[in-house]
Amino acid sequence: MAKNNIGPKRLVVGAGYGMRDWLAQRVTAIMMVLYTAILLVSFLTGQNFTYEGWAGLFAQQWFKLISAVTLFGLFYHAWVGMRDIWMDYVKAVGLRLTLQMATILWLVACAVWSVQILWSV
Amino acid sequence: MSEAVREVPKKERPEFRNIHVTELSNYRMPLASIVSILHRISGFLMFALLPFVLYLLQNSLRSEISFAYYQGFVTYPLVKLIILALVWGYMHHFCAGVRHLVMDAHIGLDKDSARQSSAAVLVVSLTLTLIVALKLFGVF
Repeated sequence: MAKNNIGPKRLVVGAGYGMRDWLAQRVTAIMMVLYTAILLVSFLTGQNFTYEGWAGLFAQQWFKLISAVTLFGLFYHAWVGMRDIWMDYVKAVGLRLTLQMATILWLVACAVWSVQILWSV
Repeated sequence: MSEAVREVPKKERPEFRNIHVTELSNYRMPLASIVSILHRISGFLMFALLPFVLYLLQNSLRSEISFAYYQGFVTYPLVKLIILALVWGYMHHFCAGVRHLVMDAHIGLDKDSARQSSAAVLVVSLTLTLIVALKLFGVF
């Protein structure tokens, strides 16, 4: 593809061109803002910081679910951001690919662990 | 244009095109770019410390015994410093992210408002971090 496929002339049909990830990063950001607000309100309106209060909050199914959804959103958000960092600073393709794979494994491991944590309460 | 204005000698200004890391020290970054690079650094910091956060969450939730262990663990000064770094990262990333979302809605895109909002991001995030730091190290 020559220089006639850049800027406004860019071919925008077919495979993804970054719009999906851009949007996903914004949507997950809003999710995290809302979750922060919910967490702050439940925390500030609750009693003292005791194990019963804290674990009681996480024992409810609705709180487990929004926590899990927000954390998955966080991991996707982190993937988009980390991929941007590797794409900007690591020019060697092999190394960049390795780092991207390592990032995915790291985030998937965190996701599995966080499910285990949430459903252990 | 009058003669007087035209005759002012032009100041030699350095030009930067696709700046290289080695040129960064001669380049005075505008506030918005400081906020931007810190957004990236804070994001990476939180990504790298995800297991630390999950470890804290796990101990705070698993049982009453692990909760007591967690309460003891977070009193170590080194642990407090890591938590403080994370708190700064969170505050900065949060504020800079909200600024991003507002600018995505085409609000405050001109040079002056962008500079003001980037200053606001730094002031708000650093103030909140300072408050948490004082609380964390037991000043109040």
